[in-house]
Amino acid sequence: MENIEARVKKIVAEQLGVNEAEVKTESSFVDDLGADSLDTVELVMALEEEFECEIPDEDAEKITTVQQAIDYVNAHLNK
Amino acid sequence: MSLQGKIALVTGASRGIGAAIADTLAREGATVIGTATSEAGAVAISERLAPLGGFGMELNVTADNAIENLIEAIEKQHGPVAILVNNAGITRDGLLMRMKDEDWDAIMDTNLRSVFKASKAVLRGMMKARAGRIVNIASVVGVMGNAGQANYAAAKAGIIGFTKSMAREVGSRGITVNCVAPGFIDTDMTRALPEAQRDALVGQIALGRLGAAQDIADAVAFLASDKAAYITGQTLNVNGGMLMP
Ligand SMILES: NC(=O)c1ccc[n+]([C@@H]2O[C@H](COP(=O)([O-])OP(=O)(O)OC[C@H]3O[C@@H](n4cnc5c(N)ncnc54)[C@H](OP(=O)(O)O)[C@@H]3O)[C@@H](O)[C@H]2O)c1
Repeated sequence: MENIEARVKKIVAEQLGVNEAEVKTESSFVDDLGADSLDTVELVMALEEEFECEIPDEDAEKITTVQQAIDYVNAHLNK
Repeated sequence: MSLQGKIALVTGASRGIGAAIADTLAREGATVIGTATSEAGAVAISERLAPLGGFGMELNVTADNAIENLIEAIEKQHGPVAILVNNAGITRDGLLMRMKDEDWDAIMDTNLRSVFKASKAVLRGMMKARAGRIVNIASVVGVMGNAGQANYAAAKAGIIGFTKSMAREVGSRGITVNCVAPGFIDTDMTRALPEAQRDALVGQIALGRLGAAQDIADAVAFLASDKAAYITGQTLNVNGGMLMP
């Protein structure tokens, strides 16, 4: 679990060019981390690659915070 | 050679403008994948490009998932596409009063939908690379219109609008998207026109002659190079002065 959280935060920090310390679980990509719409698309692409899964567009739209990304990965992986 | 080490994909590279583009990019150092609609055509491209650096592959841009599958295969084997040239295109000319739905749909599928699909498919690799060049072959007809080519003009104007939008979307990632709009170029496409129509067209060209496929290829090679890094969303008119918009 923690492992996934750490991996998600690392990717978020890398993709959005922010310090990992700034990435809190409650952070919103757009409101707190300064992402634009293209950044969020890229972020989902990076998550897909890291966790070797495909995130359908309708799910991707609902991933707007770090916590939501972690929840998504937890719910859809390692089952 | 300025394109050394780059993977370039050129659709419709078996003859005409696409063949000249593929050869020119390869001479500039790129590894070029040129496409043809038949296997024999792909083999012929491989033979042509082998000494320059590149090979042919089969592609019908209107077949289901063909574009996506081709780009996936290229990226798996050779790495991400750095330069995409959307060149494949056809004409189905006729007066609007007589134009069939099939003539409209064939042009939209082959000339416009293909540009959307190929551009989307290479985008992931280009976004990650924070670099990329897309050059779309439009037409003077898409800018000025032409009686008997409502379908073709609509598709080519569509390419120009698509290019501008995409340029705005992905500019922040170092990707440029431009059009080259050829005028009247000596290829199979224009050889199919009646002689009287060809003569009338030449009369409108300031330089007084048809263009050569190489004239277009040189413009594409420029837009694909580092020298054109600050040019995006533009349509470069290569038409001998046939139209000066
Ligand atoms: N010639 C001109 O004066 C002129 C002017 C303005 C714009 N253009 C544009 O320039 C581009 C090239 O024209 P061109 O004169 O070189 O044409 P061309 O000599 O007729 O060659 C057309 C190319 O497109 C390929 N192609 C056709 N249908 C395809 C399909 N469904 N899927 C994949 N590839 C397909 C052909 O492959 P096969 O050989 O396998 O059939 C061929 O390589 C086109 O987009 C055209 O609209 C040309």
